[in-house]
Amino acid sequence: MALVTSKGAPYARVMGLGAAVPSRVVDNAEMCTYIDSSDEWIQQRTGIVERRWVSEGETVESLSLDAARQAIAHAGLTPSDIDAVIISTISHLVQTPSLAAIVAAKIGCTDAAAFDIAAACAGFCYGLAQAESLVRSGAATHVVVIGAETLSKLTDHHDRSTAFLFADAAGAAVVGPSETSAMSPVVWGSDGHQADVIQMTRTWSEAVDEGKPSQVAMAGQQVFRWATGFIADATSRILEASGLAPDELDLFVPHQANNRITDAMLRHLKLPETVTVARSIKKYGNTSAASIPLALVELIESGEAKSGDTCLMIGFGAGLVYAGQVITVP
Amino acid sequence: MATTEEIRTQLADLVNDVAGVPVEDVQLDKSFVDDLDVDSLAMVEIIVGCEDAFGVTIPDEESKNLKTVGDAVAYIEQHS
Repeated sequence: MALVTSKGAPYARVMGLGAAVPSRVVDNAEMCTYIDSSDEWIQQRTGIVERRWVSEGETVESLSLDAARQAIAHAGLTPSDIDAVIISTISHLVQTPSLAAIVAAKIGCTDAAAFDIAAACAGFCYGLAQAESLVRSGAATHVVVIGAETLSKLTDHHDRSTAFLFADAAGAAVVGPSETSAMSPVVWGSDGHQADVIQMTRTWSEAVDEGKPSQVAMAGQQVFRWATGFIADATSRILEASGLAPDELDLFVPHQANNRITDAMLRHLKLPETVTVARSIKKYGNTSAASIPLALVELIESGEAKSGDTCLMIGFGAGLVYAGQVITVP
Repeated sequence: MATTEEIRTQLADLVNDVAGVPVEDVQLDKSFVDDLDVDSLAMVEIIVGCEDAFGVTIPDEESKNLKTVGDAVAYIEQHS
């Protein structure tokens, strides 16, 4: 007797998107009450004008729920249509249970498969790659992918290398079956030899023993070097793998790490001027796994991105890890 | 083998592209930071650009010593 195997869709596509940010705006003037810096310096070095931090009642879970509900509605589905939920986060500060299981239940995705992944700022694109494979293999039909972070809770607000950068948000996408191609092959990888470039200052057990918090620390110049060299090259590989010519690309949505990294990538990529480039870091800072869907939703809401546009995304961050693909905007 | 002047010219184009410094200002005796107002992030991008353009490897510990345009040109001459 032969075992039954799953049969999936010929292609997968992003069917809907959603994003959520906390209500509290932290501008550079407030930031400069925590660190010795200036609005001009922060803008010149990062492009950030303001960011959002969670306040009372807002959590990584509440942001995830909000973004996921929007994405499901945008896809024209109901929660009962969802059979898998993937969340990339480093901000859900328990090892178990997963945030995905909790979010799946609270949204009403009854009995959906649910798990968290740890791929830092590349997490949304890692999740999309997994969702695409699940849909095409038949393991799932409609997958919600969420990137959600409350990095304000994991950042030393007096650290001059990170305080002004990191912020809070969630972004979500629904991936489902398609009759036509709408997601290019993922280009991804990792380099654990550079694990110390972005890392936590101590393990949780050390944090308990020492009575001090564990926070994200970053060697900014090393990250910048990696991002403007290796990651710029990887971005070229994503476009090549998609089969699109540069002038067929409509949108470029890199992880919103730093506007200077985006600028350097653009000098390297030499994309046509017709390509719209996401710059939502200005309003929201670096929101890690949430930044790509947040930026794309912003472009859709402003009318700069429209349904059917081709969108190149690249996420990169702690690990070091990276992932990217081209999608068709729903 | 490229001449010192050829390397300087190519480096000047790179500095212009990354930091907007006029190419005629990028002379051997000029300090990237003090004279050309190149900040630390732009300097990193110039180092990465040099690696691509000249086929050299410039480790972080070496890049700290490249204070002037002349330092960078000499490093490239010695390692390419």
